[in-house]
Amino acid sequence: MRDYISTDSDWTFELLETYDREIGRVAKLYGLDTYPNQIEVISAEQMMDAYSSVGMPIGYNHWSYGKQFLATQKSYQRGQMGLAYEIVINSNPCIAYLMEENTMPMQALVIAHACYGHNSFFKNNYLFRTWTDASSIIDYLVFAKNYVRKCESRYGQDEVERVLDACHTLQNYGVDRYRRPKPISAAEERLRQQERESIRQQQLNDLWRTLPTRKKDAKQVKRRQFPSEPQENLLYFIEKNAPLLEPWQREIIRIVRKISQYFYPQRQTQVMNEGWATFWHYTLLNHLYDEGKLTDGFMMEFLTSHTNVVHQPSFDSPYFSGINPYALGFNMFRDIKRICEEPTDEDREWFPDFAGKDWLETLHFAMRDFKDESFIQQFLSPRLIREFHLFSIYDDESEDHYKVDAIHNQAGYRKVRENLARMYDLSVREPDIQITRVDVEGDRSMTLRHTQSDGKPLSTDTFEVLKHLHYLWGFDVHLETWNQDQMVKRMSCPSISVEL
Amino acid sequence: MSYIIDRRLNGKNKSMVNRQRFLRRYRAHIKDAVSDAVNRRSITDMDRGEQISIPTRNTHEPHLTHGPGGRQHRVYPGNKEFQAGDELEKPKQGGQGGGSGQASNQGDGEDEFSFYITRDEFLNYLFDDLALPNMVKKTLAQSKNFKTRRAGFVSEGTPNNLSIVRTMRNAHARRIGMGAGKRKKLKELRALLEQEQQAAVPDQLKINEYMAAIEDLERRLKTLPFIDDLDLRFRNQIKVPTPTSKAVMFCLMDVSGSMTQDIKDIAKRFYILLYLFLEKNYEQIEIVFIRHHTSAKEVTEEEFFYSRETGGTIVSSALKLMHQIVEERYNPDEWNIYAAQASDGDNWDDDSPVCSQILTEQLLPFVQYFAYIEITPNHHQALWEAYTAITASHNRKFAMAQIRGPGDIYPVFRELFAKDRYQEAV
Repeated sequence: MRDYISTDSDWTFELLETYDREIGRVAKLYGLDTYPNQIEVISAEQMMDAYSSVGMPIGYNHWSYGKQFLATQKSYQRGQMGLAYEIVINSNPCIAYLMEENTMPMQALVIAHACYGHNSFFKNNYLFRTWTDASSIIDYLVFAKNYVRKCESRYGQDEVERVLDACHTLQNYGVDRYRRPKPISAAEERLRQQERESIRQQQLNDLWRTLPTRKKDAKQVKRRQFPSEPQENLLYFIEKNAPLLEPWQREIIRIVRKISQYFYPQRQTQVMNEGWATFWHYTLLNHLYDEGKLTDGFMMEFLTSHTNVVHQPSFDSPYFSGINPYALGFNMFRDIKRICEEPTDEDREWFPDFAGKDWLETLHFAMRDFKDESFIQQFLSPRLIREFHLFSIYDDESEDHYKVDAIHNQAGYRKVRENLARMYDLSVREPDIQITRVDVEGDRSMTLRHTQSDGKPLSTDTFEVLKHLHYLWGFDVHLETWNQDQMVKRMSCPSISVEL
Repeated sequence: MSYIIDRRLNGKNKSMVNRQRFLRRYRAHIKDAVSDAVNRRSITDMDRGEQISIPTRNTHEPHLTHGPGGRQHRVYPGNKEFQAGDELEKPKQGGQGGGSGQASNQGDGEDEFSFYITRDEFLNYLFDDLALPNMVKKTLAQSKNFKTRRAGFVSEGTPNNLSIVRTMRNAHARRIGMGAGKRKKLKELRALLEQEQQAAVPDQLKINEYMAAIEDLERRLKTLPFIDDLDLRFRNQIKVPTPTSKAVMFCLMDVSGSMTQDIKDIAKRFYILLYLFLEKNYEQIEIVFIRHHTSAKEVTEEEFFYSRETGGTIVSSALKLMHQIVEERYNPDEWNIYAAQASDGDNWDDDSPVCSQILTEQLLPFVQYFAYIEITPNHHQALWEAYTAITASHNRKFAMAQIRGPGDIYPVFRELFAKDRYQEAV
């Protein structure tokens, strides 16, 4: 029985609606729980605009977005790169951009991928549930844009740019990792912003107030330890405690911090997110094909794109640029399904928990409660390691050679899996830097501690970053690098760095 | 539940503001690049954009990250022959420099950030360099000047262009034309009616018949529309480009040993400005390059700006050659003649009065404008004195200035670009 939805490669709005309805119907069969979709058809130029504003539909103005735009425009016009087929935003309703140049099969792929794959991931993964509030993000961005613009007209474009520059260099250090911020609406945000402004200055004065009288007993006077515990959210600490900042500067720091926090889950779930979306566009469209609603031509075109997306070049290929998150994620979700449906003895040994269980339930569980690092650690099977021919290299700066320390064999599976998982661990990828001490009663200098892991040094950017940090803090900033219990390097701004 | 929205009609230049921010931040770099481009390009080739390159280290946004070094494990796909325990040679790069994988992730060794600026932006930076007033900038940057002219009448147009007289005339003519047959018939019928009424025995039947016919005709005449769409006539306006005639631009320059490349670069901007002005006002422009030391020679642009000469300086030789060329090729009745002369002020002492004489007697009567700049930080010499005298008597046609940088050039042309002069030239 054949009942094609369309036979042409051109799309129309009616067809988009039909496909969306059909895909949505099938998605429900698989239990995909999504926000409502807002599908927006845009042109290539608009796609470039979207690119250069980190995919968000609205944002404050800053030169770095202009730079991004120029770079995108150039490589697109020279044909060095194609534009993504879609961009999807973690908001409620979930906004997805479709490019008008896409053919009908491509649009259907994108709808399945973005509007049902990514969308359900945004709504259900624990990181997104904990750290982002999809319903308020657009409002917040509008608030941020207006606020920054207001500051620009009041304090000058250069002043505002200076603060934003400084915040951008530290934006990865502006996220809370362990506390749940309360989601707030734009209206609340505005109200509270005004309140904060007035209260903040008072608090600061309090903090810096010296004790009026000293007890004679010198032993009693303990040096105040501030902050009482090391702070890893640098921007938060500065926003709350930097002595010289104006209230509007604190608000701007807060804006950058909030937006950075919003992107924090995305940085940790790339493999899972793309893998999940790819798995579902593949599954949903195949389901429709099996129902006889898609033509063979449609499927050919769809499969061609799909195959390109999940292609993983070898490490020695000229096209190699790291592990393709689409390929890894897609294959892992497929593999989980396989382990549930047709487990081998090896699978039963490695995954006793879910081998042979209901695949849909296992898949949803994997999507909901993990991030890239733990997902790989828990679900990467020996069989997939073999298929990818994964191997692990040990690179020690002090050695002349790289060492192959594990390959896809019995002895190596666990090691490969662990090392691969660590590559996606943010706390390994990013240097561990925390504020340990502020000399409240002395020169007000701030000391940061970089806890070195595996002897990895900081990049040459570091001093530039310190300059920005110094600008925000207003007093001397020191950065100490500690290896175990030994300080190996101390860098100060303003000043020179000293190798110990 | 899904909504599908067509956003294609929304503005596409959402990134324009951010782009401008970027250009603003890197203004100094862009100005340098424009300046280079000006020196590289031909005078007649200023009307297009330019690729700008900025060293990446300047546009780089720093972040706290790991540098190369330390100990780490990395996992790669596509193993073919490696066994656990194998050792691989590191690529030789002074001990470190990252292995194969990580380094290639970071855009391979491209250390320039490059992008294009548009023609308008290019001109803007150029004009900024020349310190042009906004009015002049705008006039020069317009791609072409148009003037609307009346061009008869057409049957379609906007109500504001409606020509009432023409329309009414047409309506009248149409009413006459369309009613002519009926009126003729009406006249006949009336005659018949009168005849019948005055007849001895009026035939009431016939009279009634005539009266009915007359009434019918009169009704039909009345329904002729007073004004019809067909009658409407609109004044037609067409745009015509204003450049109408031909101009020749003489570039005169001293190329004696004392003229350095820097001075020549400033001089080039001087010529560019005049050229851009002419381009807006004349359809056809020819440029004649005359360089001189002790003797003058007509040369190509390339030779003009970049070949080196030494020797003394006799300015009058160039003026003579210009006069000669004008007589041979550019009849002042057909051509608008403009001249721009640049020099460092050196001249053979006895020659300056001669120059002054040639200018006032032979050249100034023919030219539209003669501009002279002296690019020197030193004291003026005889030539300047001689020319100063001319300024007094010919201040509409002759302008001169001593300049140190490109920003000083514009005042020389102030008169030329002044509004009334500009209008006149058009």
